Amino acid sequence: MAGAKPKPEKLSSVDYHPPSQSWMDVPPNVRPGTFNWAANPANAAYLDLPHVRKWQPTDEDWKLPDNWQQIVLEGLADRLQKYRSLKLFMDICVRCGACADKCHFFLGSGDPKNMPVLRAELLRSVYRRDFTTAGKILGKLAGARPLTPQVIKEWFLYFYQCTECRRCSVFCPYGIDTAEITMMGRELLNSIGLGIDWITTPAANCFRTGNHLGIQPHGFKDSLDFAVDELAEITGVRVEAPINRKGAEILFVSPSADYFASPHYYTLLGYLALFHEIGLDYTWSAYASEGGNFGLFHSSDMMKRLNAKIYAEARRLGVKWILGGECGHMWRVLHQYMDTMNGPADFLEEPVSPITGTKFDHARATKMVHICEFTSDLIANGKLKLEKSRNDNVRVTFHDSCNPARAMGLLDEPRYCIDHACNHFFEMPENTIREQTFCCGSGSGIGTDENFEMRMRGGFPRANAVKYVHEIHGVNMLACICAIDKATLPPLLEFWVPGVEVCGVHELIGNALVMKGEHRVSDLRGEPLPGQAGADGEGAADQPAEKEVSKDV
Amino acid sequence: MRALFSLSVVAVVVLLTIAAVATSGGRFFVGTILPYAAIATFLVGMIYRVLHWARSPVPFKITTTCGQQRSLSWIKHDNLESPHNLWGVLGRMALEVLFFRSLFRNTKAELKDGPRLVYGDARWLWLGGLAFHWSFLVIFVRHFKFFVEPVPGWVSGIQELDGFFQIGLPIFYITDGILLAAITYLFFRRVVNPQLRYLSLAGDYFPLLLIGGLATSGVIMRHTSLRVDITDVKLLATGLISLDPVVPESLGAVFFVHLTMLSVLLLYFPFSKLVHMAGVFFSPTRNMSNNNREQRHINPWNYPVKVHTYEEWEDEFRDVMKAADMPLEKDVETK
Repeated sequence: MAGAKPKPEKLSSVDYHPPSQSWMDVPPNVRPGTFNWAANPANAAYLDLPHVRKWQPTDEDWKLPDNWQQIVLEGLADRLQKYRSLKLFMDICVRCGACADKCHFFLGSGDPKNMPVLRAELLRSVYRRDFTTAGKILGKLAGARPLTPQVIKEWFLYFYQCTECRRCSVFCPYGIDTAEITMMGRELLNSIGLGIDWITTPAANCFRTGNHLGIQPHGFKDSLDFAVDELAEITGVRVEAPINRKGAEILFVSPSADYFASPHYYTLLGYLALFHEIGLDYTWSAYASEGGNFGLFHSSDMMKRLNAKIYAEARRLGVKWILGGECGHMWRVLHQYMDTMNGPADFLEEPVSPITGTKFDHARATKMVHICEFTSDLIANGKLKLEKSRNDNVRVTFHDSCNPARAMGLLDEPRYCIDHACNHFFEMPENTIREQTFCCGSGSGIGTDENFEMRMRGGFPRANAVKYVHEIHGVNMLACICAIDKATLPPLLEFWVPGVEVCGVHELIGNALVMKGEHRVSDLRGEPLPGQAGADGEGAADQPAEKEVSKDV
Repeated sequence: MRALFSLSVVAVVVLLTIAAVATSGGRFFVGTILPYAAIATFLVGMIYRVLHWARSPVPFKITTTCGQQRSLSWIKHDNLESPHNLWGVLGRMALEVLFFRSLFRNTKAELKDGPRLVYGDARWLWLGGLAFHWSFLVIFVRHFKFFVEPVPGWVSGIQELDGFFQIGLPIFYITDGILLAAITYLFFRRVVNPQLRYLSLAGDYFPLLLIGGLATSGVIMRHTSLRVDITDVKLLATGLISLDPVVPESLGAVFFVHLTMLSVLLLYFPFSKLVHMAGVFFSPTRNMSNNNREQRHINPWNYPVKVHTYEEWEDEFRDVMKAADMPLEKDVETK
């Protein structure tokens, strides 16, 4: 990999002073720890991607195809025709700088090219030179520059140092969305064979098997069966996890990390307990076993190719509507793109909760409901018996995952669930939550080990806010509703704020949920369950109390 | 460097104008031909620019939500920050265009020892921007008095309000002072802040200096010994509008510098970042409602892509699925 991992002391001194020369004269520095390895050629070929070859960002020569400039410029022209957003955002930025210190990568690295305005200028400078009169005539004076291999290296470095979190867009007076720029930049890079492996390989796996690790259908079934066994051991209640069951009322789609990764897995146990308790008529699908969409990080076409499975499977299974699990980008795609790309979903019915009768009329076109919407409706209608004290071992804060927050406006539903599942909830400072939430620093397919330094830098603002509530309120658990968060926040917090763990909202729900016929002495992680006055509950009840006292100092 | 370049361009504009008005042909040029060319360029250019944007579709609904979505009836929906209908969108756009809502949110992040990121209020840019744009608008409206006779009541009303404090004679307009102060702030902000200086292009300094010069020449004409005869200005202005231009003898160099700077601003407008004036209304992240799951949005260029169909998928994994006792569409006997 990329050598020894840096220490927090090293990454915490950030120099915000830009170099003295013009940014156009500062060459990109492809240094270990700040970039991702190139796409594995076999997986790129499996997806029929263009210009598949062996290369690495550390190579001097990236072996660009002969007509690479033509491909990029024609690709840019094509996208300007297809996306008003791109055309507009190329023209109207006034470089006021309001976005500059809103990007977690800039705050954590001090690299001026991570200011969203300058990240976009990397593309705008080429646009000006080849698509505007002023740029053609005045050149560098008008902020224009020719497309050189160095520019391409710069694009590669900085478009893969953006997590498309859209925080900058909240503060921009024109709503310029750097994610749109980054997405186009990545499409152009991919058009000349410059993809990264932690996007291409998961995308190829999702395309082939249905999930990003490439687990085959029987492996998927094994995972769910194992979870059912484990839940039975913890709760004494044996639930069902039907797969590919035709005629179920609801198709449930979650990020595949939920069934192989930790701490996601505890959220999966939470879903299973919840669905059993309310007697939901639902099914999982092995074919559409991934909601997380690595195509979003690659290109519009790839996003559509991967997403197509969900509606196709809903149609095949004959379900009425689709419920979606805790995932960030998955929900961005489901909410903003899916119906447009792969709809209309006229073979489905408008979602109605079979338990409460609530009509989710805000989802009447796409027929997809977020699990936090679904569960908070169950709670509001008194359908769940939740024992909050069972989560008394945790002092929780909530990380608004970027996409549900800034691309859906799903802010209060998860909070409502948490409020009803635990006694100790504390908000982080207001500049760092809700629509102003900070990214984990590893989203959009750049959460790899070789990129470790940049991830820790990018995640620093998030961790800093967690550290605040950790110190003030003794917070020891960060709840979130995104699979990438659950994968990448634990190492981030271990690096910057040791002592805070990460969980899903439905893990908290699963712990608090009082199930009929249950016998529980441990929580979903297998640790003693607080607040249980059972035979062996005494010791369990003591332990968290001690914890709280020590944290409150 | 880029600021100095922009300053020298403005200086050249001033000097060329002064040189030109020394000749009668030059006076005619900067008094009639240049303004006509500028207005024509501005109108055609801006229309072209708007049509240019409008020609590209908005394939996806990509609202940036800055508040709670409309979902369950008992969860409080924020229709201005996450609009779900036309009223919400209009309200959101009005807040944005009239009051710079997004800039009002601005914060400043500072890294302190610890390391600790601390956020503070940073509304100076919002205040400076708002002061600049609003006073520019008021000044623009005040100028209507030169073009129409009789002067409409609302124009004189604005003018009276603007001179409310009755400082000096002729009365000093508040907006003149605010505009000059705001533009000075906006300029020095770019020069002093190292990050802003780093990202600024010549095209960021030039309009500030040009508008600064425009305002300064206006103030000079009103408040110094270089005062101009308002009736002559009105003669030229009404002449321009009625397509029967006259260039009165009394008008001096300062007036023509003022007029030329305005003309240059109009000429420059459609080719520069100043097009944000029209562009702000077109931004898909702001002018779309967040009702993506409620109402279907159509992408005009949507096309089929290669997918991995269920049939192909089952063909590939049928054996392992059968062995795991999973449901199958086609239960083919395996060899």
